[in-house]
Amino acid sequence: MESTPEPTVNLKLAKEHGLSTSEYKRILNILGRTPTYTELGIFSVMWSEHCSYKNSIKLLKTLPRTGPHLLVSAGEENAGAIDIGDGLAIVFKIESHNHPSAIEPYQGAATGVGGILRDIFTMGARPIAVLDSLRFGSLKEGRTRYLLDGVVRGIAGYGNCFGVPTVGGEVYFEDSYTGNPLINVMAVGIAKVEKMASAIAKRKGSPVLVVGSSTGRDGIHGATFASEELSEASQLRRPAVQIGDPFTEKLLLEATLEIIGEELIIGIQDMGAAGITCCSSEMSSHGKSGMVLRLSEVPVREEKMTPYEIMLSESQERMLVVAKKGKVKRIQAIFDKWGLKSAVIGEIIDEPRLIVDNSENRCAEIPPETLVLGGGAPVYTRSKRKPTYIEEINKSEPRITEPNDYNEILLRLISSPNICSKRWIYEQYDYQVRTNTVIGPGGDAAVLRIRKTNKALSVSTDCNGRYCYINPYMGTKMAVAEAARNVVCTGAKPVAITNCLNFGNPYDKEIYWYFSECIRGMREACSYFETPVTGGNVSFYNESKQRAVYPTPVIGMLGVIEDVSHITTSYFKDKGDLIFLAGDISDRIGGSEYLKTIHNRIAGPLPDLDLELERRLQRFILESIKAKMIKSAHDVSEGGLSTAIAECCINRPDKPTGCKIDIVDKRRLDRILFSEAPSRVIISCKPDNAERLERYAFKENVPIQLIGVVGGNEISINEKISISAKKLKIAYEQALPNLMKGKQSKRRIF
Amino acid sequence: MNFGVVTFPGSNCDYDSYRAVKDIIKQPVRFLWHKDTRFDDLDIIILPGGFSYGDYLRAGAIAKFSPVMGGVKAFADAGGYVLGICNGFQILTELGLLPGTLMRNNNLKFICKDVYLLVENNQTPFTNRYKKNQIVRLPIAHNEGNYYCDEKDLNYLKSYNGIVFRYCGPNGRITDGYNPNGSVESIAGIINEKGNVMGMMPHPERYVEGLLGGEDGAEIFKSIIDNFSKRKAS
Repeated sequence: MESTPEPTVNLKLAKEHGLSTSEYKRILNILGRTPTYTELGIFSVMWSEHCSYKNSIKLLKTLPRTGPHLLVSAGEENAGAIDIGDGLAIVFKIESHNHPSAIEPYQGAATGVGGILRDIFTMGARPIAVLDSLRFGSLKEGRTRYLLDGVVRGIAGYGNCFGVPTVGGEVYFEDSYTGNPLINVMAVGIAKVEKMASAIAKRKGSPVLVVGSSTGRDGIHGATFASEELSEASQLRRPAVQIGDPFTEKLLLEATLEIIGEELIIGIQDMGAAGITCCSSEMSSHGKSGMVLRLSEVPVREEKMTPYEIMLSESQERMLVVAKKGKVKRIQAIFDKWGLKSAVIGEIIDEPRLIVDNSENRCAEIPPETLVLGGGAPVYTRSKRKPTYIEEINKSEPRITEPNDYNEILLRLISSPNICSKRWIYEQYDYQVRTNTVIGPGGDAAVLRIRKTNKALSVSTDCNGRYCYINPYMGTKMAVAEAARNVVCTGAKPVAITNCLNFGNPYDKEIYWYFSECIRGMREACSYFETPVTGGNVSFYNESKQRAVYPTPVIGMLGVIEDVSHITTSYFKDKGDLIFLAGDISDRIGGSEYLKTIHNRIAGPLPDLDLELERRLQRFILESIKAKMIKSAHDVSEGGLSTAIAECCINRPDKPTGCKIDIVDKRRLDRILFSEAPSRVIISCKPDNAERLERYAFKENVPIQLIGVVGGNEISINEKISISAKKLKIAYEQALPNLMKGKQSKRRIF
Repeated sequence: MNFGVVTFPGSNCDYDSYRAVKDIIKQPVRFLWHKDTRFDDLDIIILPGGFSYGDYLRAGAIAKFSPVMGGVKAFADAGGYVLGICNGFQILTELGLLPGTLMRNNNLKFICKDVYLLVENNQTPFTNRYKKNQIVRLPIAHNEGNYYCDEKDLNYLKSYNGIVFRYCGPNGRITDGYNPNGSVESIAGIINEKGNVMGMMPHPERYVEGLLGGEDGAEIFKSIIDNFSKRKAS
């Protein structure tokens, strides 16, 4: 069929494309002949880990994926969608852009933002918030400082120009991420339920258009690049990193929402990984139809692009649209108005065939369902093996010597990069544009009001990779619980999650064990909190120099606040207010920041998580907020009670306040103050409400104890800690800027 | 009073300004497309924040050539009110409707945070509801907000009390430490000599509701209305 001189397709070439021998045989069987070069390219990207989820889908399907408010099931569309009443849907999803960011931090992170935004607006939703969940190596490395600086500027450069507020997220620094940082971006959008669009191709004769940017040679095999470990050779992959253009994306957003709003289309999908190939095969397969594409009609930005290149290009800011018959003119007028290209490149056919023509040649003819996840794409179960170190580090509660100077310990903890203020990062993000941000970065969760209703949304991302390294099952349960607790602390009911599962090479038995343990933990916790998994992203092959990242299943939690008057912030409000700990006091320090930062040990066992207690605690907090009994609520997490209390004092928008804390417990004070045991919240209330609050906690069977009172300039705890709130705030705020003053280095550490 | 809000390709605070006018001062308001040239029905035009035409070259450098800005210039020359916020301020200086220029922030980073402003001139159509030397809190969100003008322009600005806002501390002190972006004499907002064109880097439209963190911005919109009704009455 091909007349142009192209490489000869054989097993060797297939292997160079990342396909296995059995996968290549499978292709020969499907086609009944040797694939063309273009077809080989198409199969290789569609069957890459990134597009096919071949090593993860079996386990993903065991997660709870249904719920009363779900508008689409996981995997069915580009993002999850939740009905929040008032005819409105919230569309949300998280995705990784780890490998591109490891090579080219600015563009890698920028296009990560761009890609997830398109997933949202391709469903007819206007993006209203972005959160970033980031993981890097130690900030003592110049390379890490270079990566953090570039990634943050990339996120800012794209999001700020596009006009979506970046309202939250999290950042962790651990050695395991040194060569392979994690850049996970979550986006949230809002749509009218009846105006939502679908990624579907159907109805014979319907025209197919490519809209947005022209197609270039950038990003070819980006999906394949994402499906292998990073190595020295990765630097050669720089052309596989796409270049972002947020201005064009902003125009594409407006034009896309207009064509969806005017009901001119049957289906639409954004072009992310595997470009035209992925959109055309997924949309056709979804609609049980076929598609004829004429590549000579695709607007290209480079000369002499081959069919292989056009089909595999990952040029950004493009969409594939299936138009209603007779509406092409109007669609093109809208794209013209926004100064964007649009071109009819084919049409829908009844036969389930993806046909790709170039001038006179037929370059590919493939049944689309054989390409896609849930259709003919391979599905594997890998074997697993529990790593030997797990027993070793979980044997017994770590023994450590008690420190003398508690003030110094608190200062060191509050300045640790995993705990300190992230202001240096989030002040580079426009977190207010579109004027919906009620709680921006720096709180337990971000809160956005929903115009024309009394409701608000609360969103949070969470995962402590160190916990998951120590105990992936428990660590993941704790991540789900914390994400839920975070949105509860702002006054929201948790409703659903999206997840970004970052792991090493799944062909490594120990990595696969991590993966299956994390899924098991997530399944259990999500079922318990009735927060179904609406979709997300799996990112394997996060390895460099034979070292995998910590298993990092990031949870993106969505909560709904019934009434904006319920919105609650984390910090102490007024002098004389009483401070309570809801939840138990614990002396379990396994996995803690204290153990790592002060005692230089990474070890378990993790503190226990009782899901039933967690659920009761969350209900108690939410109902106390709704009844206006409490004035602040702050989740106890990294650093334990001591840093949680300190944050309540110093995270006020105006001057910090002091407090006097007295914890009555006979166990060792360092273990009590720095334990990161879950299911705990620091709350404050006016004295008049204290009795009512305690009665209510008793009724709900939630442990609660009065631990102190707000006021003064000092934070004092059990006469062991006595430190000025101002001094603590300076340490908290200056830590990251000081670390970032160090020289940056582009020299790679793979 | 009839408001217009210009939408350039790449504007992203146009909707926020539109809502502030519609919801807070409840006045008729419509969007102007960057190709529009006729707006005889309007009393005031807002040039909103954002990244007009992507601003890949220099903020406002392309917007000044757009058809709508030709109309805005004529509108201003005829005495119409123009308020430029953030990118709108940048465009006004590019077009020469206001003196000076806005350079990259001196830390070379985008900055989004709350700042305090000292109201230096409350005798304008945009600030008459503030007291002189009042301290107000508004957010900034920009990459190029470092106001610069030469000695001559600075003297000119001062000659007619053209400096409207300066960055200050919570207690009103003007120091380098409270100057977020390196602006000359901590300048955050200025007005033209005729008193009908104002540009400012902070975003008043973001703080018009207590729910979102502040209401100090609402006074700008209310000042515009007060001034208009007074003028109409006289």
